[in-house]
This record gives sequence, C-alpha cells and structure tokens, in this order.
Amino acid sequence: MKISNVLKLFASTLILSLSSSVIADTLSDTQARGHVRCGVSQGLPGFSNPDENGNWTGIDVDVCRAVAAAIFGKGGDEKVEYFPTSAKERFTKLTAGEYDILSRNTTWTLSRDAKIGLTFNGVNFYDGQGFMVRKDLGVTSALELDGASVCVNTGTTTELNLADYFRANGMSYEPVVFEKADEVVAAYDAGRCDVHTTDKSGLAAQRTKTAQPDAHMVLPETISKEPLGPVTREGDEPWSDIVFWVLQALITADELGISGSDVKNIVGDTSQTPEVKRILGVEGETGAHLGLPKDWAYWAIFEVGNYGEMYERHVGMNTPLELARDGSPNAGWKNGGLLYAPPIR
Amino acid sequence: MNINSEIIKPPKKDIFKSGKFRSIVIQSIVMLLFISFVLWVIDNAATNMTANGIAHGFDFLWENSMFDIGYLPFIDHTPVDTYFHAFIVGILNTILIAVIGIFFATIFGFLIGIGRLSDNWLVSRFCGAYIEILRNVPLLLQLFFWYHAVLRILPRAKNSLNAGDSFFLNLKGLFIPKPIPETGFNSVLLTFIVAIIFIIYLIRWAKQRQAKTGQQIPIFSISLGILILPVMFVSFLYNFPLYFEQPVLKGFNFKGGIRLIPEMVALLLALSLYTAAFIAENVRSGILAINKGQIEASSAVGLNRIQILRLIIIPQAMRVIIPPLTSQYLNLTKNSSLAVAIAYPDLVHVFAGTALMQTGQAIEILAMTMSVYLTLSITISLLMNWYNRAMALKDR
Repeated sequence: MKISNVLKLFASTLILSLSSSVIADTLSDTQARGHVRCGVSQGLPGFSNPDENGNWTGIDVDVCRAVAAAIFGKGGDEKVEYFPTSAKERFTKLTAGEYDILSRNTTWTLSRDAKIGLTFNGVNFYDGQGFMVRKDLGVTSALELDGASVCVNTGTTTELNLADYFRANGMSYEPVVFEKADEVVAAYDAGRCDVHTTDKSGLAAQRTKTAQPDAHMVLPETISKEPLGPVTREGDEPWSDIVFWVLQALITADELGISGSDVKNIVGDTSQTPEVKRILGVEGETGAHLGLPKDWAYWAIFEVGNYGEMYERHVGMNTPLELARDGSPNAGWKNGGLLYAPPIR
Repeated sequence: MNINSEIIKPPKKDIFKSGKFRSIVIQSIVMLLFISFVLWVIDNAATNMTANGIAHGFDFLWENSMFDIGYLPFIDHTPVDTYFHAFIVGILNTILIAVIGIFFATIFGFLIGIGRLSDNWLVSRFCGAYIEILRNVPLLLQLFFWYHAVLRILPRAKNSLNAGDSFFLNLKGLFIPKPIPETGFNSVLLTFIVAIIFIIYLIRWAKQRQAKTGQQIPIFSISLGILILPVMFVSFLYNFPLYFEQPVLKGFNFKGGIRLIPEMVALLLALSLYTAAFIAENVRSGILAINKGQIEASSAVGLNRIQILRLIIIPQAMRVIIPPLTSQYLNLTKNSSLAVAIAYPDLVHVFAGTALMQTGQAIEILAMTMSVYLTLSITISLLMNWYNRAMALKDR
C-alpha cells in the first residue's frame, strides 16, 4: 500500500466516522443521480477488465449492468460508473459510500457478512482456490509443495486458505504477499515464487498474462470454497433486494431458456408459461415490490443476456480463460450444478 | 519608609485584567474544545459503526491471526498466533530495516560527503554526480528500480550465482554461511571483552601520561596487539570453535545459512543510498563550516592530516552535522513504510495491510500503526538530541 492509499483509506474511514446519518435510500439516490456506482477489480480478465476500447467487461461487470438496466430500462446498462479498487480497500470504500455495489470477485464469508457491515447478495460464480506452477518444476500435486515460495495477493481469503492448507498438511512455505494482482503475476512469472495461488478462475485468467502461458499449469487440487458475488452495505435492505433479485432473474432466465436475443419475441408470446410471464413483467407485480418498473427483469435480460450467455461470453470455452461450465458448480441445478434461484413471484 | 512603601505598593490585583490569567483561560477553553471534538469524533465513529454493524474496539488483537508472514528473522509467527503478535513481528521487521538502513546510510553518507570535498577531480565529480542523481529521483522509483529492474534479472535457484560454494545469489535472495559457535566460543568471546576493557584503560592512561609529560606512545599498534594476540591464542587452544553452516540447495530453495530476501535487499539499497545522498550534503556543509584558518593553524603547530581531521575538523563539524542528520534518520525510518510496495513484511505491510484487511478495523489499526512510527521517531530524536548535547561545545 502506497502512502497515498493509506491516506485515502484513512480519509474514507474518517468520512465514515463523521457522516452523522447512515446512507439509507440508495435506490432514490441512484435514480436521482442517473447511474449506478459499481466497485470493480483493477483488471481481472473474465470478471472485470477494461477491453481495448476502455469499456469494462466481465461477469462481475455484467451484474452491475443488469442492475442498471433493471432500474433505468432500455439502454440502462450503459448507466454505470465503475470504480476500480484494490482487494484491500474494497469494503471500506463500499461502507463509506464511494460506490453502492461491490462486484469484484469477492468471497462470501461469515466474518465479512457479520462483522464489517456488508450484505452478500447471491453468488454469480462458484470458485475454489488452486495453485499454478511452472511445468518444468515437475510438480503434479499441491502436496509436493513443501518449502516452496508462494506469491499471493494481500487482503484476500486466499492468504488465509493458503495458511490453512499448508498447516493442515504439515508443510512449510514462504508467503510473498503483494498488494496488486498484477504484481503477484509479475513476481511469479519472474521466478521470485515457485507457486502462484488464487481462485482457479483467476489463475486461468492470469495465466494469460504470463510471458509464456503454455509453460505453466494449474495443479488439480481445489483447496477452498469461494462463492463470489455482489456485495452491498448492510442497513439498506431494499437496495440489497434489488441486487439479489436481478442476479436471480438472470439465473432463472438461463434455467427457462430466455436468452437476451430472444426475450423480445418471448415477451409478446401469449403462449408462454405463467412463470415466464411473471419474470418478464407481463403478469404479477414483482417490480412494484422491489420499487422498480414492471419490466425490470425484461430489460436486465435484454441488455445483458441470461446467466449462461454471460458466462460463455466472458469465461467460457471460447474465451482465453477456457473454463467449461458443464460439470462445474456453475451449471444450473437441473444440470448438476449449484445455480438455483429462488422463485420470482 | 512608611510613606515610600505606601507609594510603591502595587494597586489591588484584578486577576481578570492580568494578561497571564487571560491567556491561561483562553488556552484552557481551546484545549477543552479540542479534546471534546476528538472525543466527539471517536464517539460518533463508534456509534456509526455500531449502527452499520461494523465491529470496533481492540478485542480483535487477541484473536488468532490465521495468516503467515514471509520473513521472520527474530520470532516465529504462525496462524495460531494473535494479531497482536503479528503487530510485534511487523514492528521488529520495521526496526530491523531502520537500524541497518541508518547504519549503511551513515557510512555511505560520510564517505561520499568527504569524497565530494576531495582534491581528486574524479572522486569529487563522481560524488557530486551521485548526490545530484540520487537526491532528485523519487525514492519509490528507486525502490522499483532495485527490485524490479536489478534484482529480477538474477537467475533462478537452480542456476544461482555461486561464490566458493558458500555464497549464493538468486531470485529468492542472497544466501551466506551462518556462523555457529561451538564449545569454547564463550571463552574466546570473554577474552575479546577483557581485551577491549584493558584497551580502554590503556587509552586513558596514555592520555593522562601525555597531559603530564607530553610523551606519546604508539597506542594504535599496541591496542591491536592486545586485541588480536590473546584472542588468536585462545581460539587456537579450543581449535577455532566457530563453525560456518553452508547454504545447500534442497528442493525448492536453499536450506541453512543466513538468507537475505530480495525485498529486504532492495529496500535497504534504496533507503540507504537515497538517504546517504542527503547525509553527504550535511557532512559537506559541516566540514565547510570550519574556518580554513583553523586548518592552516593546526598544520602550523605540526599536526598531521589525520590528526587535523580527528582533533580539529570532526569534533567541530559534528556540531553542524548532527541536527540535520537526525531528520535524515527520521526520514529513513518513515520511508521504510514504502516496503509495502515490494512485499517486504514490515509493520505497514503486515499490520496495516493484511491484518487490516482481515479484520476490517481500519481506524484502530491505522491509529496503532501511526503511534508506532511516532514512538520510533521520538525515540530517535531523543537519542540524537542526547548525542548532540554530548558533542556540543561546552561553555566553560
């Protein structure tokens, strides 16, 4: 952490301590402002990463875009302001009100939920921590890593899982802890560390950033559960509900086969099931309960696509990350995965 | 007499008109307002954090830290140790950098400062260029230069640079043999200490003798003899009881020996070379502050160059050098927090970094971290002020 960052962090905590009233009505504030404020990573391909034109893309970014589309309707997915933030500062800036959604590959844990004033709103990616090594090291299992130097990002659950794993297996290691994910990759790539550890999706993404991606491999072990999802401040339930249910709408659309390109035709098709009609706002009052327009989910799906489209577009087999969805926890519950949205009614 | 005392008797005191009283009242009010403001901020923060469901207070210090720390030269830290333990480890690592950094910065600084004044054109220009370049490039960039540009081009552990199978240099650091005392080493150490004490008395005696009779003895060679001969003799008796443990490549890394991690090397290089440039200028100003006439006068009374430096120049120059030297030491100590940019586990990195993130208790942790730097700085200031008084010209 550079000194300026310490100051920033301190300033945001001071703001938090000086603000006499809790920011209560994020939805009204957002509507008045005309855009959603979204905290994202400093660049993690597939999750939140600026493309060559400087536009933010990724499945974490899509959650913010979907929320914005649900609030503002047609073209609403453009109405997002992004705040790149480090792993360390992400929660302080959220609780201090710098942004209203933190969608930044953030693991849902008890202490984060209960201790530092956060609300987790579902899971948009089920991940698990893994290890990446150079192929020429000749290591085939994480259990052969005794005595290795391990590069890791500070302020993450990764750092704690790493300590747990080596302790549980009676192995020693040298942690080399960096502030930025890019520094972790650079140090690993240069050979300062034998091992790079983070969530497996992150390893897949960061392997593409090394000098010779083919010279590295991800070890088979998955040493932790990392449910990643969007986070909001505790104490503003209506806003947290919106974020949670927009994500559930995208997942439900995937389950029901409502795709972004098709949703225009489906909404006018009177032969659809009542469930489809309820989601798209043709029947029922789900929008009113959330304080949103009737067709909130329609626009979210129209602008962003359903969960499956989001996944394939950013992290699927046709992307550099090459993460297969079938057989992974990120498949729908009917296909043996963990994605199971509560009923939208 | 009565009349006189009547006249000069001061008028009855009205304390409300007394300037002293007024200033005390005003200062007390300002102080009170300030303290209440601070208390209000603290109370408000606590209230808001409770309302937002954020934990606060210092109880977290006694929880298990659950993380590992990479570099532990003094005490071990495991995940079952507390956050307070991690705090102590961070402080020790910060002090380690500050002490070694100050040591090298002082040596380089004095050498370069004296070299800057050398009659040798090449030496003086080289020192001048060093000072101008190092002083005028931001420290953070220099740190990145050493860490990312210099230390990252070293070979991997398997292809380490090797000096006599004892010293190894690679991407993971510098590995040197570790001296391990064997039986009898304590006797050698004892002999050494006794020799030193003896030498101190000898120097005192020689001084008194010189003051009385004007005669000098070759004190340096005699001291050297007293120091080396008995120590060598005792070492020989115990068959040289010091064993050097060689670093050996085992698995991923070298085992045994002493290891300097590259983060620490980069930080030390950056901090001491950068601060040395400022110290060099302080030294130069201190030496230039001495009137040239004094040096000419010393030559005239027959002192040689070394005596002039030792007896005339340095004692007077130190008076000018010490106060700015203190602020350079303070700067170096505070700048050591840049460690966080290159993963050296100092206090800011371990405690205001990892621990802050894992607990989320920014206010408490940053306040503690700041007080540590404050304490360190004040300690250095006090020590240097004490040294300054010892070196100052005594008015008699």
